[in-house]
Amino acid sequence: MDNLLEVNNLHVSFDTYGGEVKAVRGVDFSVKKGETLAIVGESGSGKSVTTKALMGLIPSPPGRIKEGEILFEGKDLTKMKDKELSKIRGKDIAMIFQDPMTSLNPTMKVGNQIMEGLIKHQKKSRSDAKKRALELLELVGIANAEERLKQYPHQFSGGMRQRVVIAIALACNPKLLLADEPTTALDVTIQAQILEVMKDIQKEMESGIVFITHDLGVVANVADRVAVMYAGKIVEIGKVDDIFYNPKHPYTWGLLGSMPSLDSNDDELYAIPGSPPDLMHPPKGDAFAPRSDFAMKIDFEQEPPMFKVSDDHYAATWLLHENAPAVQPPKSVQTRMKGTTQESAGGDGV
Amino acid sequence: MSKEKLLEINNLKQHFKAGRKGVIKAVDGLNFDIYKGETFGLVGESGCGKSTTGRTIIRLYDATDGEVLFNGEDVHSVKDKKELKRFNREMQMIFQDPYASLNPRMKVEDIIAEGLDVHGLASNDQERKDIVVNLLETVGLNEDHANRYPHEFSGGQRQRLGIARALAVDPSFIIADEPISALDVSIQAQVVNLLKKLQNEKGLTYLFIAHDLSMVKYISDRIGVMYFGKMVELADADDLYENPMHPYTKSLLSAIPLPDPDYERSRRRFNYDPSDHDQSEEPEFREVRPDHWVLCTTKEMEKYQQDHPGK
Repeated sequence: MDNLLEVNNLHVSFDTYGGEVKAVRGVDFSVKKGETLAIVGESGSGKSVTTKALMGLIPSPPGRIKEGEILFEGKDLTKMKDKELSKIRGKDIAMIFQDPMTSLNPTMKVGNQIMEGLIKHQKKSRSDAKKRALELLELVGIANAEERLKQYPHQFSGGMRQRVVIAIALACNPKLLLADEPTTALDVTIQAQILEVMKDIQKEMESGIVFITHDLGVVANVADRVAVMYAGKIVEIGKVDDIFYNPKHPYTWGLLGSMPSLDSNDDELYAIPGSPPDLMHPPKGDAFAPRSDFAMKIDFEQEPPMFKVSDDHYAATWLLHENAPAVQPPKSVQTRMKGTTQESAGGDGV
Repeated sequence: MSKEKLLEINNLKQHFKAGRKGVIKAVDGLNFDIYKGETFGLVGESGCGKSTTGRTIIRLYDATDGEVLFNGEDVHSVKDKKELKRFNREMQMIFQDPYASLNPRMKVEDIIAEGLDVHGLASNDQERKDIVVNLLETVGLNEDHANRYPHEFSGGQRQRLGIARALAVDPSFIIADEPISALDVSIQAQVVNLLKKLQNEKGLTYLFIAHDLSMVKYISDRIGVMYFGKMVELADADDLYENPMHPYTKSLLSAIPLPDPDYERSRRRFNYDPSDHDQSEEPEFREVRPDHWVLCTTKEMEKYQQDHPGK
């Protein structure tokens, strides 16, 4: 199947008084129709900047896309003029923002906010747009849609507002949906409902979803494939089962190990020491090496390439090099790898 | 663990006026004890009153009704300023938002030493400084950090400052109101490990308020589940997760996403419908089996006891 979205060697930088902050440093990934790619990583790892770049929402200056291409249905979004881009934005590519409290216009009725895109992109009449808005509200599970359309955002609770944001994003049946931590601000029960709504809609419309989150539980729930980002790069990418049951990168081990599982009662959580690097001066070699228990000499000198683990599982760590010593991931991670056999370290260098 | 009560909460109520006639019953008749040296987890969705409970216990709000007994004395009946200071030394709070809970215009040293100054715990500047440095080291920071301002720190480091500030007056009881929810996953584990270490070293008692249920289970000895201002279930952490009885607890547990794709694919969600309850009488908080309390009617209690025969 053809890729709906293809990102090649994307670099995004911000020029500040202190110097150039390299927020995204060469990212490659693709999304197919009907597929969900989850991007996980800590704050500052560049996951939000990556999605904003896809939407052309990087404020410039200070931000700029330094290098790379973003192919959406074969067309390069980075080369498009603003006018062309605004025809795609909100129509073919839609975004669900993180904070439902601030991403709606407080002075506009909710109905008008949903209808705005429909009238602009699909040239619908007001009454048609309203009909569609009603359908959308029902789709995302808001009761009393007719009444609700006439209300302002402050009359909605957090979960309800996020549903409105999702309804707006879905209004024009987007082919690609970018969801930036859509459920982080919500309670678990509401989160579960919203995730179900998103999955249903995806099934119905066959949209591709890029789902950004730092909650690995949510990732396990929604993702087909997972990309783990650290310091502006993808350090591991693969099918969801690869990442959870056969992770290869020490950073992925750290992320998995730092979450308590409900059936384990270890004395101490595996905590990744230190904090993420300063992207003004990205470290030489493997950016994660200073925080890694498994760092070798070469990690501080040379950047690891993407090593192939299987056809759709890649990881950027020298531990996969054929000359690397075999290491065992931390115990808390091993217990998660139930059943899956541990292949010997080492793969084909790329 | 001893069953010596450090804190007894009896029929605690906190009502807020809303508009001219409306009343919001944020906390509506809570009864529970916290034992010495344990971690009591309080969970529930936003708006269920868990933060209000924490804030009322430490007297940031004056309770509408009920009492909070700390070592047998009622915190809310204390009027004398001196007496109140004594309570404040024993009870400290760690706040949710490490960005908003530190005064941006104060240096770290002064933030941490504020409690020392109020209670006159340091006799001279050198002693004050020594205590601050000692506290910074306890929470994994160092001497150099004392002269900086909060904006120079990352979220995880700020939360460590919040913990150091709470520890400054050597309390025996700490209320941690969502101390990790603003932090990154990898940093959360650091802070939780730190809290556990401090508890072992100093014999602290925690009230840990959170909505991240997997972390709560990990850190807590006992857990209380709140729903609309009421406690609906209270039990040992493991018991609660293995044998949830109240339907709301079940729905909450079934909604936690776990980092396990196979489990997620077979997940069955359980929806809570308050109208399913037995309506024949007012539900009460009953001990369905030893140390496992559920808000239920007599009929429901019989049913729960049948479904979950004793240990």
